[in-house]
Amino acid sequence: MYNFTFHRPTTVRQAAGLLARNPEAKLLAGGHSLLPVMKLRLANPSALIDLSLVEGLSGVEQKGRSIVIGAMTRHADAANSPVLQQVLPGLASVPASIGDPQVRNRGTIGGSIANNDPNADYPAACLGLGATIITNKRRIAADDFFTGMFSTALEEGEIIAKVSFPIAKKAAYEKFKHPASGFALVGVFVSKRGADIRVAVTGAGASGVFRVKSFEEALKKRFAAKSLEGMTIPASGMNSDIHASAEYRAHLVGVLARRALVKATA
Amino acid sequence: MSATGIGAAVRRKEDLRFITGKGKYTDDVVRPGETRAVFVRSPHAHAKINSIDVSAARKMPGVVDVLTGKDLATDKIGNLICGWMIHSKDGTPMKMAPHPALAADKVCHVGDAVAVVIAETQAQARDAAEKVKVDYQVMPAVVDPGKAKSGPQIHDVAPKNTIYEWSLGDAKAVDAAFALAKHVTKLDIVNNRLVPNAIEPRVALAEYDAGTDQLTLWNTTQNPHVSRLVIAAFVGMAPEHKLRVIAPDVGGGFGSKIFIYPEEVVCLWAARKVGRPVKWTADRSESFVTDAHGRDHVTHAELALDASGKMLAMRVKTIANLGAYMSTFSSSVPTYLYATLLSGQYDIPQIYCEVDAVYTNTVPVDAYRGAGRPEATFVVERLVEVAARQMDIDPADLRKRNFIKSFPHQTPVIMAYDAGDYNASLKKALELADVKGFNKRKRDAARDGKLRGLGYSTYIEACGIAPSQAVGSLGCGVGLWESAEVRVNPTGSVEVLTGTHAHGQGHETTFAQLVSERLGIPFENVSIVHGDTDKVQFGMGTYGSRSGAVGMSAIVKALDKIEAKAKKVAAHMLEAAEGDIEFKDGKFTVAGTDKSAAWGDVSLNAYIAHKFAGQELEPGLKETSFYDPTNFTFPAGCHICEVEVDRDTGKTEIVNWTAVDDFGTVINPMIVEGQVHGGIAQGIGQALLEGAVYDKDGQLVTGSLMDYCMPHAHDLPSFQVGLTETKSPSNPLGIKGCGEAGAIAAPAAVINAITDAIGNEELGMPATAQTVWAALKRGQPRQAA
Ligand SMILES: Cc1cc2nc3c(=O)[nH]c(=O)nc-3n(C[C@H](O)[C@H](O)[C@H](O)COP(=O)(O)OP(=O)(O)OC[C@H]3O[C@@H](n4cnc5c(N)ncnc54)[C@H](O)[C@@H]3O)c2cc1C
Repeated sequence: MYNFTFHRPTTVRQAAGLLARNPEAKLLAGGHSLLPVMKLRLANPSALIDLSLVEGLSGVEQKGRSIVIGAMTRHADAANSPVLQQVLPGLASVPASIGDPQVRNRGTIGGSIANNDPNADYPAACLGLGATIITNKRRIAADDFFTGMFSTALEEGEIIAKVSFPIAKKAAYEKFKHPASGFALVGVFVSKRGADIRVAVTGAGASGVFRVKSFEEALKKRFAAKSLEGMTIPASGMNSDIHASAEYRAHLVGVLARRALVKATA
Repeated sequence: MSATGIGAAVRRKEDLRFITGKGKYTDDVVRPGETRAVFVRSPHAHAKINSIDVSAARKMPGVVDVLTGKDLATDKIGNLICGWMIHSKDGTPMKMAPHPALAADKVCHVGDAVAVVIAETQAQARDAAEKVKVDYQVMPAVVDPGKAKSGPQIHDVAPKNTIYEWSLGDAKAVDAAFALAKHVTKLDIVNNRLVPNAIEPRVALAEYDAGTDQLTLWNTTQNPHVSRLVIAAFVGMAPEHKLRVIAPDVGGGFGSKIFIYPEEVVCLWAARKVGRPVKWTADRSESFVTDAHGRDHVTHAELALDASGKMLAMRVKTIANLGAYMSTFSSSVPTYLYATLLSGQYDIPQIYCEVDAVYTNTVPVDAYRGAGRPEATFVVERLVEVAARQMDIDPADLRKRNFIKSFPHQTPVIMAYDAGDYNASLKKALELADVKGFNKRKRDAARDGKLRGLGYSTYIEACGIAPSQAVGSLGCGVGLWESAEVRVNPTGSVEVLTGTHAHGQGHETTFAQLVSERLGIPFENVSIVHGDTDKVQFGMGTYGSRSGAVGMSAIVKALDKIEAKAKKVAAHMLEAAEGDIEFKDGKFTVAGTDKSAAWGDVSLNAYIAHKFAGQELEPGLKETSFYDPTNFTFPAGCHICEVEVDRDTGKTEIVNWTAVDDFGTVINPMIVEGQVHGGIAQGIGQALLEGAVYDKDGQLVTGSLMDYCMPHAHDLPSFQVGLTETKSPSNPLGIKGCGEAGAIAAPAAVINAITDAIGNEELGMPATAQTVWAALKRGQPRQAA
């Protein structure tokens, strides 16, 4: 690590002010993505603005037909939230599948989606449920938020405050874990809310999380695994590395989508 | 059996301190005025060093000194060496390239150290290390052992990057046997490269005392005396008596801490130069690119059988990747620790093996848990399993037909097996694993869309390393005996100074059990001292499952002497003839009388010496023994792995694991079971999860635990373990050793099980989900006969 200044604001406004004054600064949430790269000296922020004392940023609440999760909500707290487990268990299973207990006890939803790691789980849930990301400045639809590997629609100085997920009647997440890191080698989130059918894939795409329109079309007739039988997606545009070829990832998308559907319709 | 004697499952003494954070590891040792060392390492796999500019680094805050390979050469610090001479088929000696502790002219792998920064703090040293400017002229690299001979030459001394071309066995006789064979099984095998990853990274702390001209090295080593010997005699750092090496608590080694590494040499040298203690602690990223790796063989193997399945001959050709430099014992691993085990548990009349060892631009490769024997077992057990399937003979049956049944048995590859009962362990394993019920389980699994498979591994290993004369005749530069000193204190408590070293094995417990049993004194009254060349007489350290078989045998020999001496003391005390004194359960008795003396009385009398004249009997009660075994020991057993493969994803789940091992005498069954569990976990790691991957430029792609997969608890099933016992006739306790068995047996059992499940023999390690899925997709039939 290199030296940096450490700030601990107590309001979002203060945090935003600090960000505006320190262009080289970074927000710090759970630190489980940011600190490892700082330790490896691959990131060198001049200051860290720790969000852990900022009030009103964490918690899981039902608001009408939506579930709202505060940006600083730890993965473990989201996974264990009784209300979430009751009204949208498919979403609760997403943070429950992340990393190991240490990571789940520190990592946050805000940090996860701001980071937009191409193998992270929450982005699939956001896109797969059609969530809305609420920042200190505006509301951004998930469809517009994730703009590519490690990149988002967030602007300079913008802070995620919470994420609002519409409660879908049917929703499930199926993840094939990377054996070493526990991240998603491929993860597929499926949901159905009225006529809105979504299939979102993380881990596989060369430019991050994406929706599978062909699957969504096929599911319009019947929201069931059978509707996707024999269907795959093309390997082009898939990520390829030592852990999984583009072809294997494309294959897994089909397999996991069908398995997610079995769960969602069980 | 007493509650703390031989055979008792005594809880480990050392665990209290380990699990309450009270262990004292090398990094916990802090010396006054200590400085920190950070190495500047090559980012390139192969490059010429045009120049190194340290001027900016020197000006950084807190910097004490910056040293390079040129300084090392100026100070005439010697190179690191490989201590086992191997000769090629044509009689020429192996091509050992110079290995300076800091590279001066060229770098040969990513992570090769070129300079060291010594500073007041770790952070300052790291900051300054970034300011060292190295001008490299990058050269093409070679990483694949199969391509090494045609790759860019790495060392002047080794044309075609060839270290040796060695062979063992009678090629002509093997050819003749193959010509008569009814069936030949052929396999191409890659034994994947592994990164050891002990939990405690390597650490070196060196201190120079100018007053006494004494150097002290605290180091994460498995063998402090060998380390001192090499650093004194070959590196020329200091005379042996002016160098003290201390290995405090060490958190795992698995072989990787046997070797003498550049960092400890540099810390010693730098400590004397800067006149202050110098400490280096590896971080995990450094461990990945500097700890010696394991395995990395490319092999073609053939097995010839007659129509009834009787094995006639085996032919093996292996290319072994030794990496960029020859590490301390690297040359012996793919030769005398590998080819000599190719007979497995079988009576194979003829075996011929060729091994070409090559340099590549990768981290040096040396012994890693099992060292050579896992590679041999994998070759043998894959050949046997595939041969059985091809000949449509039950794999257990084919093994039985070929088992060695009478002992001693001379194999065609040097080893003379002295005791074993291979049928017994197979039989017990077949029962424990309920192999009879397998077909039903397979059908049930198929209904859930799962492919179920069963795989055997009836392995053998040569442990208790080793008879000194024998290894000397094979090129080993040292003897492999072991030493012990037993010091009985006046109050009767005992300290045992052992030349072995524990880094997880539990010697403080098992060695105390032996003493408690032999002297009839409480287990608590025995301390085990190891890991300090100033305290302990010369010893050879711990590796090759040798501490029980060789180390404890030395203790037995010293205890024999203690008993003899104590009897003399007791005879004087009891006014009886020495020959009439009996010793049992901690008591000395005059035969046929009720006259006796307790252990504590005798020990006290040995020291106060009031009952005998010094001319007749020396005071004191302390004895030393150097024990050299008469043979290797041959632990063997049968592991059975049962898997389910997810047809859609290729993911393998190990659903059952049965291990029946013959380790000879077992001192502590709980500790033995723990060793077996750990070994199997590492073997499963190799088979399913682990594999070091280099790209073509020599970058280690799997350079972190996010990419290199160590086995987690959730990757492993519950192990079902059992024992059979034939005693080793080659040491007084009948011990064979248990430390490596699991890692040796497991990979073949896993791959045999998966290939059984998927019906395709072409399957590499690690058999990740993708690898298995691809094999399923290729769907090639089993190789035709
Ligand atoms: C061993 C390990 C395993 C893991 N496994 C998984 C896994 O299986 N699945 C998975 O999805 N993830 C995994 N992760 C990542 C983990 O979930 C991280 O915690 C998460 O990605 C980042 O969240 P964080 O709260 O730690 O963010 P931080 O590391 O603190 O921050 C990450 C980035 O987000 C920015 N940021 C943080 N909060 C906000 C905010 N409110 N508004 C705007 N920007 C913000 C920060 O400035 C930084 O750039 C793993 C991590 C580790 C170390």
